[in-house]
Amino acid sequence: MAELVAVIASTHHPFYYRASTATGADRPPFADEWVRKVEAFRETLTKARPDVLVMVGSDHFHQLWLDNMPQFLIGKAPYYDANFYNEEREFGLPRMLLRGQEDLSAYLLREGLDAGFDLAFSNELRIDHSITCPIITLRPEADLPIVPVYTNIFAPPLPRPGRFVQLGRTIRRLIESWPGDQRVAVIGTGHLSLELGGPRQFGPTGPDPEFDRRAVQWIASGDIEGCLAEVTLDSLHLPGNATHGFMDFMLMMGVAGEGAKADYVDTYDLFHTMEAYFTWYPNGARP
Amino acid sequence: MSKYLLDKFLFTVDRDAEWVERYREDPRAAVERWEDEYANRILGCHCDESSTWLRFDQAEREALATHDYPKLFELGAHPFLTLTLFIAMFERDYADEPLGFQSEYARRLAHVTPPYPDIAT
Repeated sequence: MAELVAVIASTHHPFYYRASTATGADRPPFADEWVRKVEAFRETLTKARPDVLVMVGSDHFHQLWLDNMPQFLIGKAPYYDANFYNEEREFGLPRMLLRGQEDLSAYLLREGLDAGFDLAFSNELRIDHSITCPIITLRPEADLPIVPVYTNIFAPPLPRPGRFVQLGRTIRRLIESWPGDQRVAVIGTGHLSLELGGPRQFGPTGPDPEFDRRAVQWIASGDIEGCLAEVTLDSLHLPGNATHGFMDFMLMMGVAGEGAKADYVDTYDLFHTMEAYFTWYPNGARP
Repeated sequence: MSKYLLDKFLFTVDRDAEWVERYREDPRAAVERWEDEYANRILGCHCDESSTWLRFDQAEREALATHDYPKLFELGAHPFLTLTLFIAMFERDYADEPLGFQSEYARRLAHVTPPYPDIAT
């Protein structure tokens, strides 16, 4: 059977690429420390020596639109072009091309449907910065095949937080039952408190540092029950109007498992959001 | 009222560099043309298979035609779509100040308190 060698949850800050590559007067003062933290985080994936990456993210109204909006979608394609015109324009992100791991996509779709998730699929999916940011931070070579998993954290009605956790648990179970000997890492990105297009956006910190502190504690300690007891679709409006992206972190907590303490935890308090980086090595397989 | 159509305008204009400039330079004419030519297009269908029933109400049309992004927020347009398109149009006017337009945007919405308008379509 395949081996789940790392579970990684991260924020996806689209400004990292530009900040980390800027030089001279263009380089922001927070860039050096940010790069140091990201490179240390990257090492946690490198050490796990993955063959395949299952990438959990959320399309930001790029390819997926309100006339046909899936709640959970798995890409099944041999290749994925990546990043969009408005991401080049606003964030300076490069266009990319990633290989797909189609047999794992097919397996997750078939078994996921049979496990009670009516998953949508796409045979021609262009992926956006929710997946390319962690490629840039964690695997800049972009040399490993991926399986994209998209969630709807953006266009209500949304699935409830518990459903994200359930999907995470199911993804883990399916990867661990996938016939073959591949080493699989699951990488998912979301947000802590975040406001976009509202009065609390782009402040000196994230819009709700207290939520961020508690969120990091839930994730780092694997406290799924505690998190689910407090986080609802309604409650997520309070820390900032884009905070529903936290549900992708909850999905990753589901992959990591109840009570699973993260083996690596780091945060970086930036303007606009708090960055947060977590790695688990499942089954005591710390490399 | 059609939050969906507001979002469709923001989405389709934002992804097209020519439309971004057209909307920046002459918003009233751009909104009129868009409503006439694009409002009923189904993005995944052939043009001959468009919808027939989509149009803005007057408040929506006026908010778009005047670049009134606080009003769009109030009407329940998706804040991410509004922000992204307005950054594309106006960040360049604040080039001397990092995130200057984003700060101005927040300031112009400072009167808003939770709960925010419902964005469900």
